[in-house]
Amino acid sequence: MKKLPLTFMLLMLPTWAAAETVYVTLEKDNALAVVDPLAGKLLNTVRVGQRPRGIAMSPDHSKLYIATSDDNTIKIFDAASLKEIGKLPSGDDPETFAVNPAGDKLYVSNEDDSMVTVIDIAKKKAIKQIKVGVEPEGIAVSPDGHWLVSASETTNMVHWIDTKTYEISDNTLVDSRPRALSFTADSQQLWVTSELAGTLSVLDTKTRQIIKSISFEVPGITADTIQPVGIVIDSQRRYAYVALGPANRVAVINAQTFAVEKILLVGSRVWNLAFSPDEKRLYTTNGVSNDISIIDLDSQTVTKSVAVGVYPWGVAVKP
Amino acid sequence: MQNQQFFAKNKKKIMNPLKLMFIRRLIQNGMDFIKFLKNIVYCFFVCAFSGVFHIAWADTHQTVAIAYLGQDVVLPPVLSNLDPVSKDKGVLGAQLAIADNNTTGKFTGQQFTLKSFITPIDGDVAETFTKNIAGKFDFVLVNLPADKLRLLADLPVAAKTLLFDVASHDDDLRNANCRSQVLHLLPSRSMQADALAQYMMKKRWTKWFLVIGKQPEDQLFADAIKRAAKRYNMNIVTEKVWEHSFDARRSTQSDVAVFSQTDDYDVLVVADERGEFGEYLDYRTWLPRPVIGTQGLVAAAWHPTHEQWGAIQMQNRFKEQAGRWMEEQDYGGYLAVRAIGEAATRSKSAELAKVQAYMLSDKFTLQGYKGTPLSFRAWDRQLRQPILLAAARSLVAVAPIDGFLHPKTELDTLGYDQPESSCHLPTP
Repeated sequence: MKKLPLTFMLLMLPTWAAAETVYVTLEKDNALAVVDPLAGKLLNTVRVGQRPRGIAMSPDHSKLYIATSDDNTIKIFDAASLKEIGKLPSGDDPETFAVNPAGDKLYVSNEDDSMVTVIDIAKKKAIKQIKVGVEPEGIAVSPDGHWLVSASETTNMVHWIDTKTYEISDNTLVDSRPRALSFTADSQQLWVTSELAGTLSVLDTKTRQIIKSISFEVPGITADTIQPVGIVIDSQRRYAYVALGPANRVAVINAQTFAVEKILLVGSRVWNLAFSPDEKRLYTTNGVSNDISIIDLDSQTVTKSVAVGVYPWGVAVKP
Repeated sequence: MQNQQFFAKNKKKIMNPLKLMFIRRLIQNGMDFIKFLKNIVYCFFVCAFSGVFHIAWADTHQTVAIAYLGQDVVLPPVLSNLDPVSKDKGVLGAQLAIADNNTTGKFTGQQFTLKSFITPIDGDVAETFTKNIAGKFDFVLVNLPADKLRLLADLPVAAKTLLFDVASHDDDLRNANCRSQVLHLLPSRSMQADALAQYMMKKRWTKWFLVIGKQPEDQLFADAIKRAAKRYNMNIVTEKVWEHSFDARRSTQSDVAVFSQTDDYDVLVVADERGEFGEYLDYRTWLPRPVIGTQGLVAAAWHPTHEQWGAIQMQNRFKEQAGRWMEEQDYGGYLAVRAIGEAATRSKSAELAKVQAYMLSDKFTLQGYKGTPLSFRAWDRQLRQPILLAAARSLVAVAPIDGFLHPKTELDTLGYDQPESSCHLPTP
């Protein structure tokens, strides 16, 4: 298993300094950008299919899953060769999806059909469809594997699906147009961004209730431009980072006190976020400025931006 | 925090143990048919006493009944065969929103219904309203011209209903003749004109040639354009009325060329809401100039070219249901029903007063697939919203255009802002 990434690194990267690779889906280029974040260089652009958006790595980092929306499928790529090795039956227009911690199931939001589809990755088969609210988008699995949570944008709810029964066991009403979800590493909290309300809700997993609602202020920018989308929380639950969409900022939140401590200027219409494996850097996709920003998390400053292609959407990192 | 308590109750938990109990009993008792029947009866009683049924997701049941009132119209002639004539504009958008509301309602214990009343061409809408709607429906979507809507709003029987204007662009209904129980979903003509003016200002098309049709609504659109020109310090160099003269010696080609020989201008602004001649201006003017207004580059609440901010999902869902593109009135109908749904969900009520109060409060936000939250201007009940500037096959810009600023929300750079408005309705 270890040979593949090694060969890949030898082939693709001339220097040993590059400890990780960043993959960015380019919605309008129908391609995947491969970036060396330490050198700040675009290494390669690979065609992956029509309108690629959601992207995730398998837990063992051997495979990349990419939702090619206009092909109506989620494609599986070998992470080393970036060759397509399979397709998953995602249903129409797949956008966001999540892989469970065991790496054997993939959960897809079917926005047009108000459904969540459960896919058995090995069998390449949809094994269950769960009816949820209108326009499900954000989807997350708790790190302990117990919960699958889907957010429906028009119903303004998060649906708590028990992964043992695949039935909804609870619903929480959140603020307008919930977009992205992220569990804390201990699975005790679920953080949900609401794009139109401009807020972030922190939910307690035990009670499924909102324990904190956080709003954002950026000097010189009107409230309706602040549209929280992507959210990540570090594994120690020290800081959470939220992309503020057309406000072109990333908010740094103290994950213990819930105070917004810093607002960092990044590229235009910042969308999705991903940590480096050591959580020392954060990568952001900036949809309108066609680049990614690299944030150094020790100093909490933006250090670099790398042009990647047209409409960067999703981001995944391979150690 | 009440929110959470309310929804915490709405769990579907007890069914599985019941089912299990049922199956276990069945196995224990073997294939004995009589005992099997007994068990069914037993289970039924257990179910009935604990009040749990499979479909009962939520333990509150509220029904929100919505009426839709429209009237058949004489369809105007179309200049282009590419534009299909749809007779059912408006109601199909409302139906889609009912389905969306009920998906949410499944989780919150609210049900939404829609009943449509279409008056024939020569029918009396006031009579339809009094007979079939008044006293039976609190929420009424109205797809009627401005004068008929005004007539309805002033009926004594309509005093306790909330009317949703899903079709008019009329400025008078939002100013001197505004009514506290009438909400407007589509942008006013002044909002459309401001959107166009902002774009023309950005392009530095400062000299306008205004061409106005013979219909009364064309004059209203032209008035809005003149207001916008003044507001943004633009210059209307010439103003002409299109006469529709039927001179056999003139073809459309030569007609427009002759008509448009005037002082130099940057852009031709046309006011022809019914589409009687506007399509024939582009490419036929004496000087090579762009056409903007009711034809050419148009200012619309909704347009087939729009796909950003989740709009593509909306377009797809509508097309699948209706078999045609979503038109502006459909969008108006959709927004009206969604506004009722959103306010009912958040206020946890089906009561008119509570829903209305929430809808007009600062807390209310509506998703309109245009990138920013929509809400009502409390002073004139106009839904504030971005306006799409679209050519036939591409979306050109979305107003408010970047750089036009406002202390509260940039959306209020479009149309009559609070200080300018002659309508100052109280917040309920």
